[in-house]
Amino acid sequence: MELIDRYLVLVGFGETGWGALLLSAAAMTLGVSVCGFLTGTILGSVITFMKLSRYMVLRWLADGYTTILRGVPDLLVIYLFYFGGSAFLGYIGGLFGYHGFIGMPAFFTGTLALGVVSAAYQSEVFRGAFKSVAGGELEAASAVGMRPWPKFRRIIAPLVLRYAIPGLGNTWQLVLKESALISVTGLVELLRQSQIAAGSTRRPFEFYLTAVVLYLVITWASSIVFRHLETRTLRGTRRAL
Amino acid sequence: MDFAFMWDTFLTLLPGLPLTLELAATSILAGGILALVISLIAVVGGPIGRGFTRGYVFVFRGSPLLVQMFLIYYGLGQFRPLLQELGLWVIFREPYWCAVIALTLNTAAYSSEIFRGGLQAVSVQQVEAARACGMSGLLMFRRIVLPIAIRQALPAYGNEVILMLKATALASVITIMEVTGLAGKLIADSFRAFEVFIVAGAIYLAVTFLVTRLLMIIEFWLSPHLRMRPPSLT
Repeated sequence: MELIDRYLVLVGFGETGWGALLLSAAAMTLGVSVCGFLTGTILGSVITFMKLSRYMVLRWLADGYTTILRGVPDLLVIYLFYFGGSAFLGYIGGLFGYHGFIGMPAFFTGTLALGVVSAAYQSEVFRGAFKSVAGGELEAASAVGMRPWPKFRRIIAPLVLRYAIPGLGNTWQLVLKESALISVTGLVELLRQSQIAAGSTRRPFEFYLTAVVLYLVITWASSIVFRHLETRTLRGTRRAL
Repeated sequence: MDFAFMWDTFLTLLPGLPLTLELAATSILAGGILALVISLIAVVGGPIGRGFTRGYVFVFRGSPLLVQMFLIYYGLGQFRPLLQELGLWVIFREPYWCAVIALTLNTAAYSSEIFRGGLQAVSVQQVEAARACGMSGLLMFRRIVLPIAIRQALPAYGNEVILMLKATALASVITIMEVTGLAGKLIADSFRAFEVFIVAGAIYLAVTFLVTRLLMIIEFWLSPHLRMRPPSLT
């Protein structure tokens, strides 16, 4: 009992509690994940277009992108953007006569790294979803005289999104868990905040356990949201199974 | 592009490769055995077994591997006196074993779901046929159910093996100097992120390529019944 009381004071919202900081760090985790995921959606759609293109070079480039980004550890990608970005900023600074170290903003690094990695996964999800759009529906759109852009906006995008939602849900969970790696760049998200709290109170077990619980709450809640989205987009469709 | 530097990088990173492979092999093997046990509990353990395995899978799939690793390495360090008393401290003070434990528990959660799918995909007819031949319990499991289940689970399990290979990179965060750890150190020293990334990435891609080939060979070897018959000579 005493143990639980002490734990509640530690992660609570009192004078010596870390509750508020942990919650705002969880919000940071959510923020960087959402930004990274959306970046990945935009980049992923571009890559899907390349994969479905009629030009071999574009298809080849897009396939290479997915192969490399899915085969390399995410931590390496984060290092590339963090240190590579800083070196690039330093070079730009050098052009303007500034010769000091310019650090990459951690949030931007995180968004970029998560976006670039998840684009590889999302492009595969979109490609799979596009393959399940019935050819007849595309023909029907052309038959009623739709130009490419209205056809994309009114027919292709809604249908692809409908089929892509389960896959996007998986990718979102991946991004969420990957966001913990951004802590190596010093962005104060959930894991980094737990590290700080663990360091200053010397109670690592309690804080990492709390972090695990908060991550579980986020993943659990987002799985509910995605399930809801899935049933919503499937209104008016009939399934064999 | 500085090729001399890249060659030096390659020579610096290569000594980390055995450690990466060792981490991956140990945790994939131990995780595979644990996953088999968990999936069996899920399939034959009734509602209690199902509830337990569901909870296990939820916890380990729902939270980041890095946090799990920190919880085991830094978190359990808090209970040092107790662990010393139990004689477990020799394991938990080593970052290597903590990384192996975290990777094992994590992959067991993912693989157990894959194995469960494989076990549940074994058709009733095949089990009935085995029973009709007079096989019982363990014998039927060993000779009929397990081989069929493994064959069905192999493609998905192959993906998990590749993911684990990449996941070993996280061990570098708890001070283990495998390929990514060496690469991170080199980048921080030389500040040439792009070249180091290309070399380290190439090493990982080469290993992944070899592993996928190996898995294809295993798949081929396990499914002689699906191969085309060689044309007869007569």
